[in-house]
Amino acid sequence: MLAPVVHILPLTKIRRDRLLPVPGKVLVRRGQKVSTTDVIAESSLNPEHLLLNIARGLGLPEEKADQYLQCKAGMRVTEGDVLAGPVGMAKRVVRAPKSGKVIIAGGGQILLELEALPHEIKAGMPGTVVHLMDELGAAIETTGALIQGVWGNGHLEFGLMYVLMNSPDDIFTPERLDVSLRGSIILGGYCNQPEALKSAANLPMRALILSSMDAALIPLAERIRIPIMVIEGFGQRPMNSAAFKLLTTNERREVAVNAQAWDPFTGNRPEIVIPLPANVDPPLPQDTEQFSAGQQVRLIRAPYQGSLGTIVEIRQGVSPFPNGISAPAAEIQLESGEKTTVPLVNLEVLA
Amino acid sequence: MSTSLIDADSVLAIDIGSITTRVALFDVVDGRYRYLASGSAQSTINAPYNDISEGMRTALDRLQTVTGRVLIDADERLIIPSTAEGAGVDIVAATISAGPPLSVVVIGLLEDITLESARRVVSTTYAKIVDSLSLNDRRRAEERLDAIIRLRPDLVMVAGGTDGGASQSILKLLEAVGLAMHLLPEGHRPQILFAGNQALRDEIKATFGKLAPLHFASNVRPTLENEQLESAQFQLARIARHARSQQINGVKELDNWAGGGLLPTSTAFSRVIRFLSKVYDSTKGVLGIDVGSSATSIAASFEGNLVNRVYPQLGLGHGLKEFLSVTTLHSITRWLHVDLHDDDVRHYIHNKALYPASLPVTMDELAMEQALAQQAMQVSIRKASSSFPEKVMRYGPDVSPWFEPIVALGSVLTRSPNLPQTLLMLLDGLQPTGVTTLVLDQNHLAPSLGAVAAINPLMVVQVLESNTFLTLGSVISPVGVARPGTPILRIRMAYEGGAETSLEIKQGSIEVLQLPAGQSAQLHIQPLHRFDVGMGGPGRGGRLRVVGGALGVVVDARGRPLHLPHDPTLRRESIAKWRWMVGC
Repeated sequence: MLAPVVHILPLTKIRRDRLLPVPGKVLVRRGQKVSTTDVIAESSLNPEHLLLNIARGLGLPEEKADQYLQCKAGMRVTEGDVLAGPVGMAKRVVRAPKSGKVIIAGGGQILLELEALPHEIKAGMPGTVVHLMDELGAAIETTGALIQGVWGNGHLEFGLMYVLMNSPDDIFTPERLDVSLRGSIILGGYCNQPEALKSAANLPMRALILSSMDAALIPLAERIRIPIMVIEGFGQRPMNSAAFKLLTTNERREVAVNAQAWDPFTGNRPEIVIPLPANVDPPLPQDTEQFSAGQQVRLIRAPYQGSLGTIVEIRQGVSPFPNGISAPAAEIQLESGEKTTVPLVNLEVLA
Repeated sequence: MSTSLIDADSVLAIDIGSITTRVALFDVVDGRYRYLASGSAQSTINAPYNDISEGMRTALDRLQTVTGRVLIDADERLIIPSTAEGAGVDIVAATISAGPPLSVVVIGLLEDITLESARRVVSTTYAKIVDSLSLNDRRRAEERLDAIIRLRPDLVMVAGGTDGGASQSILKLLEAVGLAMHLLPEGHRPQILFAGNQALRDEIKATFGKLAPLHFASNVRPTLENEQLESAQFQLARIARHARSQQINGVKELDNWAGGGLLPTSTAFSRVIRFLSKVYDSTKGVLGIDVGSSATSIAASFEGNLVNRVYPQLGLGHGLKEFLSVTTLHSITRWLHVDLHDDDVRHYIHNKALYPASLPVTMDELAMEQALAQQAMQVSIRKASSSFPEKVMRYGPDVSPWFEPIVALGSVLTRSPNLPQTLLMLLDGLQPTGVTTLVLDQNHLAPSLGAVAAINPLMVVQVLESNTFLTLGSVISPVGVARPGTPILRIRMAYEGGAETSLEIKQGSIEVLQLPAGQSAQLHIQPLHRFDVGMGGPGRGGRLRVVGGALGVVVDARGRPLHLPHDPTLRRESIAKWRWMVGC
């Protein structure tokens, strides 16, 4: 059976495509070193427009207004520029209310695309541009540790990581924050207090990594402008031991937090990259696996959610569970030594 | 046995769900079409595969193993048509529900009339309305334009203007769409479905024909009083198929196998339900419900008139994130028989949305999963019933009309630990009235039969007659008013062998009368206190023949609509008692 894969790796090669949703301009070149927040490509994704009724502005019928146009499609105009006119004794004119680009001029109307900040695609991690995709973006490659999560609020940042967790089941509270942490990335635990998220944003911290979060905080976390990334899920869940060990042993290193939303279709997941030098070029991680004995797995559902274990055996046929459900399953040896049977669909392979 | 009496084409049905890909083989046995076997595999629509072919081929491999019939050749290609050696199949019927919902902007003149009709059309497939434009829209033209560019819909559905009626207002509303088409890069432009004033066809063609794929359907509102959705629904299903084949690798190949007949699963499912409504008791409707991962779908047909609704926000997969936008947490927790905190349920919803293929293995998680299914069914039937014909809503807007039968599918129902749990989910979620039969499509065959119907209707008839679906049982649900504990029904069941069982049913109870599958019995029903069981009016009873199902005959006298006790402890006790009564 095909196995879903989650990456929690101490050292690997990481390659990520950073692509615009619509064609635009690529700003990097092949071989260029980039940092996490460097812009790879930009485009005018959601520009605002103004539709100006020239005929009305000039006090003329539509068919006559066009002969007084002083601009044409494609022209850049700045606020106050005359777009049409003058007309009559009063020398009536229509001026550009804002700076922008003329998209359509005719039929008594002008459509103006207002100047706006371009939509930018950032590198998301420090690395090297290894491949360019025309008008769309580039592939970035680096080596380092990679820890994937399950939820993110859409922002990304790079900075020094400080650990506020003493154990995988620690709770992140606002009292644990002070000004000395300003500008850093914090490894917190389980968060169920809105004040904790607000304090982290107000300090401000660079980013917040949580083991788990109360689902009621999702709307607040989505409004907050610093990256917030959740590794395990919702409700009080301890951080899995592999991620906890990897993150705590890399305290005070620079880490990139890309708290992008998990999109199963594209495979994009929220992730932390800790750039590390590698003497030997490590391989790219496996994205596809078949379940087999000996694999390290993460259990994603109760009663062992977040626990790690090793597949001892893939059971033949379907296995019954105490609540009456039957499903193809594997025997798992948990880190505690305990053995349990888990449906295959409740497992992710660590690779 | 000779198969010369019928055109003996073997049929392979393929259904691509967001979690599971299912294949089923039908062929002629003893002169009649039969369902032979199924195979299933994980769907591979998502990364890293992003191609449905992998899942399809695994499912086909499993079907080959089960049947011993070679379906795929050495080059990994499906063998069509079948060979003289018996390899391959003659016809492929394909359905798909996997993939992101189609994002749609609807445009109509009047909010409550044309726009509402357009919304009804969109709700017949896996789609999500992201914006609406009408005469009531107070936004400036450029704001509407910016909205379309920002939302980047897959489809703009245009209704409005009765035939020969308003035209300028519609064209004015379409200005924003026209500008957006000019500004969006090619390949990012939405398709347009025009189902408004037919007098505008030429003008629409001249304006949009070169900008985007353009589709026409009959006016959804040819007059203010008449609504005709069928043509637009048909076009929408085609557009959905086209969009899927653009978005998802492998869909084109599947559509080719199916001779261009790939259908949205919900559309195919609704065809079977409409077919059944022509066969069954014409005084009642036929109801189909599919509680899936992509969506919960309802298909209800009354004398051949179909109401088909798809609710992606009520799917039990990734869509769960939006579940709480259409219902409340309390509406879900009220179905729980175990004491769980609201936060537990909220967390369950969001964690399940992250891992939609995962399974509950604890009692608590199973209770939450089933509560979600019950609420998904409850909200779906309530929403859909606003489109049911007025005459069938005998008991008001909150009580289901009579259906015979009710066909149910979806993994949460078909793979529950036992059939009584499935029964109770259906009774609570749908709250049927009168006398009905609950039927479970354990192998998810109904959509496939719907897809086959256009190619080989005989096969559909014969497979439906061959007990392919599992009859859970006959259900009697009286409607009326009485205090709990008041006798409301007397029932006498006369078995084939001569034995009899008599029972007095009290308000608030649920009873199960044993009647083994395949056996029939005469049921004498006498309602008391003017309760209505759908046998001629309040207080009127009579005799009817019932055929046993897996669970016999069930009398659900808990009231319609079902009012659960407000006190949480009492409520859980009541649910626990009902569970015990039906044998959960």
